[in-house]
Amino acid sequence: MNKTEYQKAWLFVIPVFILVAFNAAVPLMTVVNYSFQETFGNNVFTWEGTRWFKQILQSDRFHAALGRQFLFTGIILFIQIPLGIFIALTMPKEGIGVSVCLVLMSMPLLIPWNVVGAMWNIFALPEIGFLGHTLNDLGFDYNFTQQTGDAWFTTVLMDVWHWTSLVVLLSYAGLRSIQPAYYQAAEIDGASRWAVFRYIELPKMKKVLTIAILLRFMDSFMIYTEPFVLTGGGPGNATAFLSIDLVKMALGQFDLGPAAAMSLIYFFIVLLVCWVFYNLMMRNEEQS
Amino acid sequence: MSKITLSDLSHSYLDKQNSDSDWALRDINLDWQDGGAYALLGPSGCGKTTLLNIISGLLNPTKGKVLFDDKDVTTQSPVERNIAQIFQFPVIYDTMTVYANLAFPLKNRGMTDAEIDRRVKEIADMLELTKTLNNRASGLTADGKQKISLGRGLVRSNVNVIMFDEPLTVIDPHLKWVLRSKLKELHQKINRTMIYVTHDQTEALTFADQVVVMHEGQIVQTGTPVELFEKPKHTFVGHFIGSPGMNILPCQIKNGYAAIDGVEISTNTQIKKSNFSKTEIGIRPEFVSFDKKGIPAKILKVSNTGRHKIIDTQCNSGKIKVLSHSSKEIPSGSVFLSFNKKYTYAYGDSWIIE
Amino acid sequence: MKKYKWLVPTIYILFLMLPIYWLLNMSFKTTTEIINTYSLWPQKFTFENYITIFTDSTWYTGYLNSLYYVVMNTVLSVAAALPAAYAFSRYKFLGDKHLFFWLLTNRMAPPAVFALPFFQFYSSINLFDTHVAVALSHCLFNIPLAVWILEGFISAVPKELDETAYVDGYKFWRFFFRIFIPTITAGIGITMFFCFMFSWVELLLAKTLTAVAAKPIAATMTRTVSTSGYELGLLAAAGSLTIIPGAVVIYFVRNYIAKGFALGRV
Repeated sequence: MNKTEYQKAWLFVIPVFILVAFNAAVPLMTVVNYSFQETFGNNVFTWEGTRWFKQILQSDRFHAALGRQFLFTGIILFIQIPLGIFIALTMPKEGIGVSVCLVLMSMPLLIPWNVVGAMWNIFALPEIGFLGHTLNDLGFDYNFTQQTGDAWFTTVLMDVWHWTSLVVLLSYAGLRSIQPAYYQAAEIDGASRWAVFRYIELPKMKKVLTIAILLRFMDSFMIYTEPFVLTGGGPGNATAFLSIDLVKMALGQFDLGPAAAMSLIYFFIVLLVCWVFYNLMMRNEEQS
Repeated sequence: MSKITLSDLSHSYLDKQNSDSDWALRDINLDWQDGGAYALLGPSGCGKTTLLNIISGLLNPTKGKVLFDDKDVTTQSPVERNIAQIFQFPVIYDTMTVYANLAFPLKNRGMTDAEIDRRVKEIADMLELTKTLNNRASGLTADGKQKISLGRGLVRSNVNVIMFDEPLTVIDPHLKWVLRSKLKELHQKINRTMIYVTHDQTEALTFADQVVVMHEGQIVQTGTPVELFEKPKHTFVGHFIGSPGMNILPCQIKNGYAAIDGVEISTNTQIKKSNFSKTEIGIRPEFVSFDKKGIPAKILKVSNTGRHKIIDTQCNSGKIKVLSHSSKEIPSGSVFLSFNKKYTYAYGDSWIIE
Repeated sequence: MKKYKWLVPTIYILFLMLPIYWLLNMSFKTTTEIINTYSLWPQKFTFENYITIFTDSTWYTGYLNSLYYVVMNTVLSVAAALPAAYAFSRYKFLGDKHLFFWLLTNRMAPPAVFALPFFQFYSSINLFDTHVAVALSHCLFNIPLAVWILEGFISAVPKELDETAYVDGYKFWRFFFRIFIPTITAGIGITMFFCFMFSWVELLLAKTLTAVAAKPIAATMTRTVSTSGYELGLLAAAGSLTIIPGAVVIYFVRNYIAKGFALGRV
């Protein structure tokens, strides 16, 4: 669409600008401010320069948390995106089944995050939870509060439970927008089921999948509440992802300076990944 | 290439059919010769796309048979029937190049690369796509894309029939004409059976040797453009084809003669039956003239289109349009109208009485 | 293969329902039963947990608080985002692209990063522990999202609509409310759904910015941990109740979800 040049359009944007800037600017400045200083309480600050940044970037604790974060985000993207597409492909296209699927599948998305954590906690506990109890009955030595592998398994399973539906909904919407003529033409051209997916469905879903991947990347990278309630970051630090580690440092140990520096580094990583991804997608778009 | 026969074909999208209106198609019988250019003409919702999808094998008819060269293909898939179809809007594979798009149907059929290359280049040449062969297909304009979908049908040398489902819908008006002549030219060059579905009479009449007019799931007439114009077998055909359409007036039939407002009208065909619930006279505006005697009427409005004048008149039984050359003088006030006998037909329950 | 296609969504839905069922199952048990016996359904069916919640004001005000700020945020976000999305979709202006990206970056900001500064900031302007504070803070991620989704829907509406209206002599705001908004109701519906969703499920900021007066239900739930160990039955009942508003919202927008997505940005 060709747009008209109209500077007064700023007036339309002002409410949004004020509301977001109000929330973003002052707190962000506070974080930046802390990140260069040391505090001993009572509003006494001393200038520390880039010390916190160096300290964080060199600390094993941060490296470990960052590593866990990337591993977790990688795993859930690797599971949720293909699984979401697969489920969307098998969903009914008309009739009562559509509503039933949509309503039931959206349920996990609308449950408060700490309730999700609590729900999975009582679902997975070895003594009282269905999952824990069943696994132990089947002969697995399962206890997510004690064993690192089990904790990861449970956290990943919970996230798959919680968020795969978002990918399903987006993919389904993308699939629904494909005109029947495309399938008919492919049938006449003698295309295999795989070719239909590869050359018709996947390209048509590109836009929604970009959004799905971006949203899932951002949200899984910021994940806090669910694992905090489920495992508390444990056992040990096994499931202490970046946000959990950050809050531990900021509120638990009241190390405001390092916590602020870590916040900024963290925010910067999210921005960087999204920016790269966004640009890759846009460049791809322009080529076509 | 083959002859196409449709025998007693009916189709319904519902599981149970209670009345005629539950059927999308009713009792279709057709014979199409090998290598002909045919058009299926009718307003939207008349069942022409349904019929096309049944011929291509995308739909299975509820009743009846589809025969290619007298061989029953009713249960065969589109691939087995070996047909090509071009849809209303261009269907292309966005991520592929133009070349890959054209090669796709051949690849799926396991042809060798050399053979594919030869066919694709030949077709690209024919459609003037050679220069864009290595471009991404999604970057082309609507008419370029529609050429690709046409090309995908043409690359297979042995297709039985090529079908077009309103292929010019999304094409710019000034390019429509170009693409239409291209199609006509292609038909002459490759001499393959082509079926063209449209609701636009100009497209149908200029493209096809034989036009099938459909109305409410039925075929109302099959014939050459001239036949459809000169002798509509159903009032719908008269009304739908021609601009303005045929005048249809209620009439009385007594002893083999038709009369409007008490004035006897002689018709081209003899009226042998009279037991209808509704009888009408049909006459095209081209064949009505002003006279000293005939049906008394009043002139309501005269509009000049440049080449013609269209005169709206009112008689006791209804409105009659008259078409005359724009240089002719038009009388005013009360006039008498006479009909050219050769083109005047009587219709009983909408069908011609012969 | 086609015959068994329905199995995939069915199994997936069963997987989704299982933890929810377990939560419901527990909500109808007494805490003693939960701890002492393992059973797939309540042995001694009880409404006790629900009765506690509906009679104790600290519990049920939690629900009202949550609904209050969620609705406030949804209305605020959509109302502010509508003109902005229109501007981004229709006009070119100085810095438009940068502004759009800057908005999106706020959607990317981890709430954990902002939790503490938010607390200090809202305390300093005397908004701490009010519904307004939570509603405003949720604008941080909901407004960018709302602008993003609405911009897609608005771009799908042909510009000719605006032009025709001006030719017909409509003043801008009259056109905007009378003609434009009604044509994008599906988009507004989807946007409200997402704003509602993200505000309803968020806890970190909501908890940080409230103490008593505006405490959300999800935060109230953490209370069950401290008093005499886990009050698991109560926790399960409160959790089950938080599912209801979401379920109601989904039911109303179910038709928009499939159709609306296809029309707009997504």
